[in-house]
Amino acid sequence: MMFPIEVENLSHAYGDRSALADVSFCVKTGEIFAFLGPNGSGKTTLFKILTTFIPVECGEVTLLGHNLARDSSPVRQHLGVVFQHPSLDLKLTVTENLRHHGHLYGIWGADLKRRIRDVLGLHELDDRGDDLVETLSGGLRRRAEIAKTMLPRPRLLLLDEPSAGLDPIARRRLLGFLNNLCVSEEVTVVLTTHILDEAETCDRVGILNSGELVAVGTPDGLRDHISGDIVTIDSPAPDQLAPKINRQYGCKVASVEGMLRIECDGGHEFVRDVVAAFPSDIRSARFGKPTLEDVFIKLTGRRFEL
Amino acid sequence: MARILLPVATIWRREIIRFLRQRSRVASAIAQPLVFWLVLGGGLNASFRPSGLPDGTNYIVYFYPGVLALVLLFTAIFATIAVVQDRREGFLQGILVAPVPKLSVVFGQACGGTTLALVQGALCLLLLPIIGLSTGIVSVLSTIGVMVLLSFGLTSMGLTIAWRMDSTQGFHAVMNLILIPIWLLSGAFFPAAGAPPLLEWIMKFNPLSYGVAALRRCLYLDNPASVGDIPQLSLSLVVTGLFCVVMYLCAAQTAYRRVNMT
Repeated sequence: MMFPIEVENLSHAYGDRSALADVSFCVKTGEIFAFLGPNGSGKTTLFKILTTFIPVECGEVTLLGHNLARDSSPVRQHLGVVFQHPSLDLKLTVTENLRHHGHLYGIWGADLKRRIRDVLGLHELDDRGDDLVETLSGGLRRRAEIAKTMLPRPRLLLLDEPSAGLDPIARRRLLGFLNNLCVSEEVTVVLTTHILDEAETCDRVGILNSGELVAVGTPDGLRDHISGDIVTIDSPAPDQLAPKINRQYGCKVASVEGMLRIECDGGHEFVRDVVAAFPSDIRSARFGKPTLEDVFIKLTGRRFEL
Repeated sequence: MARILLPVATIWRREIIRFLRQRSRVASAIAQPLVFWLVLGGGLNASFRPSGLPDGTNYIVYFYPGVLALVLLFTAIFATIAVVQDRREGFLQGILVAPVPKLSVVFGQACGGTTLALVQGALCLLLLPIIGLSTGIVSVLSTIGVMVLLSFGLTSMGLTIAWRMDSTQGFHAVMNLILIPIWLLSGAFFPAAGAPPLLEWIMKFNPLSYGVAALRRCLYLDNPASVGDIPQLSLSLVVTGLFCVVMYLCAAQTAYRRVNMT
């Protein structure tokens, strides 16, 4: 079975600094796949390679059946790319931007007019076509950007930090749009993000850390790395408290940047007991179901910090 | 064919729309030639007599083709600065991942800059009756033809520099260090005849000297004796044509390398 994206042993370095190390993964047709990672994790480099913006140095990247190292030109016709910084011309209207983009992809005449009308409608921008982009809000610009990208009907949509600069409502709307696109246009969507909530809503997530792909799976599948609940304890003396808890409860206590983290079943009871047992050693204690951040901490041993 | 021409046309069209939407650029496009010619030409007219030219040639008339070249150079520069801005603002990345050959991208940009420079140069030609240069229609049309070549060459030269630059400040530094001296030493400001030998040699190897000479020859098509000792029209056209081709290829090569190094 052919996947829209197949990457094997991809590595990339800027001089002596390694940006990607031996990354391998596949993306399935029609899914929304997110690369989650903090700044400097290699997301943007991976994005630039997938969008043919920078060449493949080492490893194999196959997009829609085309090997990028051999020839990236044929695949560009089928790629839709949304960059972190908008690639709209602020001095042009939304329609003029769409027309320009269509021409770059060899679309013109009546076909272009029809497509412009269609994408404006699909992205609820019908009444904004004649507005200069510089007059639009951040959320509308992002939608105009995606409308522009969808004009040539790409089979693969790649987005770099699409929610950057958007408020939570605009972000939710954007993800709704992407979900609709996957269903209605049969597009495969790959995005990069450092927003954990955003990654939670995607079909599958790849976690990147320091250029390595440390895990790939559905959000639920990734959470299965952790059994039960996560208890987090803030202590004035974490190094002394950790062995005490370990001795008393027999559980593994991890110290992550000054906070104690414990995986256990029945977190609510554990919090009650541990606070009663060591009242003077604990400033605060809480428990919760594991999140992707917990998965990240478990896999990398460090907090998910931007 | 549409796949090659359509991107060129759309990149060209965008340059024109952007220009027209920026009122300050339109205003300066119209005012700049007048100001240069009047202030510099008028100011130096009384104290400067170009050497190697027939008696009675005043500086304001001598300087006129130089102003034309300066206008083309400045417009080309400002048009190419847009490339630096496009990259900084993110617009260029959308073009770079589109299925468009880099040759087409650069050609579209060069055509956009050429058109703007040409329009501004043509506005300058409206001054011809005022300065008292009697030129026939053939002379005006051939001058416009040379302006097309020169604008394309200068825009391509600007693009070669702009594609390497990350900041407009860097571009301004290059402009002051390289582009303005190229213009000053092109015979636009003063003739090569009578200049110190070193400058005379530099002027001989400066491709813009031949562009300015071609402009001068075309403007004085009906009165070739009054241009003084400058290169012949045929040689000037050949050098300017070569300058266009070489600069365009340099710009395309720079764009290609820059993209693959990103």
